[in-house]
Amino acid sequence: MNFSKSFRNTFLVILLSLIVSACATKKTTTTVEGQMQGDVYTGTDTVKYLADGVPDRVFFATNESILTTKSRDTLRKQANWLRENSSINVVVEGHADERGTREYNLALGERRANAAKDYLITYGISADRISVISYGKERPVDSGSNPLSWSKNRRSVTVKAN
Amino acid sequence: MIRIVNLFFIIFFLLSAKAYSLIEIDITRGNLDPLPIAVSPLFQDDSSKRNSINELKIENVGSEISLVVENNLKISGLFNPLNKEAFLQKPDIAHLKPRFEDWALIKAQALITGKVTIEDKKLKVEFRLWDILAGREMMALAFTTVPSNWRRVGHIISDKVYERLTGEKGYFDTRIIYVSEEGPKTARVKKLAIMDQDGFNTKYLTLGNELVLTPRFNPTSQMVTYLSYFKNLPRVYLLDIETGTQEVVGDFPGMTFAPRFSPDGKKIIMSFAKDGNSDIYTMDLENRIVERITNHPSIDTSPSYSPDNKFITFNSDRSGFQQIYVMKSDGSNVKRISFGKGLYGTPVWSPRGDLIAFTKLHKGKFYIGVMRTDGSGERLLTENYYQEAPSWSPNGRVLIFYRETKSNDKGEGFSAKLWSIDLTGYNERQVQTETDASDPSWSSLLSN
Repeated sequence: MNFSKSFRNTFLVILLSLIVSACATKKTTTTVEGQMQGDVYTGTDTVKYLADGVPDRVFFATNESILTTKSRDTLRKQANWLRENSSINVVVEGHADERGTREYNLALGERRANAAKDYLITYGISADRISVISYGKERPVDSGSNPLSWSKNRRSVTVKAN
Repeated sequence: MIRIVNLFFIIFFLLSAKAYSLIEIDITRGNLDPLPIAVSPLFQDDSSKRNSINELKIENVGSEISLVVENNLKISGLFNPLNKEAFLQKPDIAHLKPRFEDWALIKAQALITGKVTIEDKKLKVEFRLWDILAGREMMALAFTTVPSNWRRVGHIISDKVYERLTGEKGYFDTRIIYVSEEGPKTARVKKLAIMDQDGFNTKYLTLGNELVLTPRFNPTSQMVTYLSYFKNLPRVYLLDIETGTQEVVGDFPGMTFAPRFSPDGKKIIMSFAKDGNSDIYTMDLENRIVERITNHPSIDTSPSYSPDNKFITFNSDRSGFQQIYVMKSDGSNVKRISFGKGLYGTPVWSPRGDLIAFTKLHKGKFYIGVMRTDGSGERLLTENYYQEAPSWSPNGRVLIFYRETKSNDKGEGFSAKLWSIDLTGYNERQVQTETDASDPSWSSLLSN
């Protein structure tokens, strides 16, 4: 009776199933209903529009304030719209998800709002037309406690100030 | 309205017999065997009872005070208050001279007795602590105050008993300031609230019209500093809780946040965010001079002074991720002290000076822990889905923090509550609040 061999086989099967399930979990978090890339939200559920075809918000990866290609595209649209509507000023709100300490998240929200603001400035919008405010994790748009909800909450939102 | 001054202490006899007492509690270790203590109702005579009803609408304030004491001792985790129904001796007789055999019979090792009178709108209280095994009195105190202060009398007795039996100051005659929370997660209404350490006497200090966060006590006075979004301008404010007056701290062209007092109460230390960068600043409350302490393109926040005012611990992501640092209070000699796996935030220096409490995030779990001020000896006290923002009891033995529960996909099931845990990692308890609650800050002892 080859006990050790059957034991080894069982072990291999368990190991394999672990690897497969690990891959499966990873896959679900990266492509939840096609609404996330990495952990950046790419859906449109929560998005509002400043004008036709001008989304009001961009999304960030966990702990990041780097603008994705899609975010830069959105912000260029906002800059164009702001150029055409020179009497409108905006507030850029920075937000974080609930999975971080409150004070750090306030700073992170401020960093995100400024990343968006700086991009608008490079596209010719005057700095004095854009103010920023960070809400940290205080104003989530989605109240779920799951990776998709959190990805919708890691955002900066451009809001008309007048 | 708080009047510390109207609580007079008149200590009229103190016959402590420290050298002979047999009972003593070691609070440096987790106490799994709390001391059995009998808290006899404080005796009140019939004429006082009538005054008690007139003044306080309470029939027997003596037994109410003893319940305050009993509850405090119980939640400390160090004492096991015995069931009063088992008591054989009447309160007035026990207070004069306990029959030690009777108390030993119900396994009490210590006994508190006392007497209250209310006369001429004054509450007079005397109490004694007895060592049952040695058969002698350990402590006797008496004091006079206004009747409405009766709960504080219970807290002061608790502090004296705790101090006599552990050798360290108590933390019962203290208050907690926190943020009261109501409503759905996406539209949470937050108010500043203050209550006694045991959850009684809750008062709301703001109406909920604007977002308020992170209130912290001045360790030397009845002042509080906090973050308010008044007029949608997030700024650090100073609030006098006796007069209700408040003012913005400094004149910063942007968000100020994460405020805390220096231990001498003379400065506020906080973060100021500008152009996507947060640095640490102080403002002297006397001359209003603002000083910049850190100057780094990373996020620097959550500053906290050492009790001797010489060092500051703070949170920074200058290494790429949130970590804990210590520097001299002029901003020089910055050293990273957290090196474990995960992210570290909210460092708070212990009032004893030897430890820094923190929040840690690792593999999707949040921990409250402590480490020595050089970063060695990291100990995680509690693990949960979400918890943060520890605040020390004034004696440095207990931490209070807040904990949030996970919500489902519809956002249901969310709650935020205050919890406390001993430095030993034992005695974890929820602290009762009228509403959901977060961001607790523990006051100093109101009386000494």
